[in-house]
Amino acid sequence: MNLNKEKNSHVYWNPYFGGFLLGILILFTFYMTGRGLGASGAMKSTVVTVVDAVAPTHAENNAYYSKFISEEKSPMNTWLVFETLGVLIGGFLSGGLSGRIGWRVQHSPKITSKRRLIYALAGGVLFGLGAQLARGCTSGAGLSGMAVLSTGGFITAFSIFGTGYIVAYFFRKNWI
Amino acid sequence: MGPILPNGIIPSEWDSIIAIIIGMAFGFILESSGFSSSRKLAGVFYGYDFAVIKVFFTAAVIAVIGVYYMNYLGLINIQQLYVHPTYIWAAIIGGAIMGVGFVMGGFCPGTSLCAVAIGKIDAIVYVVGIMIGVLIFSEAFGLFEGIYDGESLGNITLVDTFGIEAEWVIFFFVLMAIVAFIVADFVRKRVKSIFY
Repeated sequence: MNLNKEKNSHVYWNPYFGGFLLGILILFTFYMTGRGLGASGAMKSTVVTVVDAVAPTHAENNAYYSKFISEEKSPMNTWLVFETLGVLIGGFLSGGLSGRIGWRVQHSPKITSKRRLIYALAGGVLFGLGAQLARGCTSGAGLSGMAVLSTGGFITAFSIFGTGYIVAYFFRKNWI
Repeated sequence: MGPILPNGIIPSEWDSIIAIIIGMAFGFILESSGFSSSRKLAGVFYGYDFAVIKVFFTAAVIAVIGVYYMNYLGLINIQQLYVHPTYIWAAIIGGAIMGVGFVMGGFCPGTSLCAVAIGKIDAIVYVVGIMIGVLIFSEAFGLFEGIYDGESLGNITLVDTFGIEAEWVIFFFVLMAIVAFIVADFVRKRVKSIFY
């Protein structure tokens, strides 16, 4: 039984099934809220909140932070922050039910954990920066944009995947 | 008629509760589809696992058909839905930067959160990276402002861009997705399997 669980911990849903449910969820989200899903928004709110707490004058004078700061409402009290809390709970439930929970650094056997972490950090920095420029990430700009045929959403999604394919060769050692 | 919350059909106090429930479903679906694994996600760029393409395009196709069909049935008013605005250069350059980040880090923000939820340390580092990226962008906003606000076309859709009916846009999009699925399976059979 234990062996069986070990073997099955990397068996995932059929991607078309997962995609179907995700599509229905996006539809439901638009039906309820008039907007789509998001992920990077909550991380932006966190950064804005921290900077506003540490250096309030600096945050108010900055043309970007000040877009998200208002007198009556904390940047953490937004729809996307609550949605993101839900993502963490949902991911934990799914991983827990399938026996995938545990502290570890996942990487190809050909590279070290240190190398994996350095690239993860650098990749995160770039993704965070790009998501601000494009006003959303794969979820907020890509998926939610495409659901209402937004031209910008399509451009961003294709730009992400297109560039990924162009540069994949240079980072192949990390993955294959 | 939808959207429900903006039209005040249920009180706005439900906003945060609905946000958490939707988020939970989002996280559960992503994790169960295997998106908490950077090695599975990166497979899309090396041809050994196309789950990303399949989940992403299936979801987009289902959602767009659903939105337009519900509009047709009068269940939702499409005019009230938020359309992600189009800033051409910001979309292209921002997307390109994200593409490099995707291959280097093996996650996008949503999937990294699922990986954080099951204890992946590389994902925690990735999320810290995202926050540093946001910080750099904000501090150097003057540098990016021209691209960020340039070439603004407003909240346009492909219907405006191509000047054809939405039904046709959706039809071609579905066709494109199906071709992508077929090509993906074709390529995967010819690429050396990677076990992870």
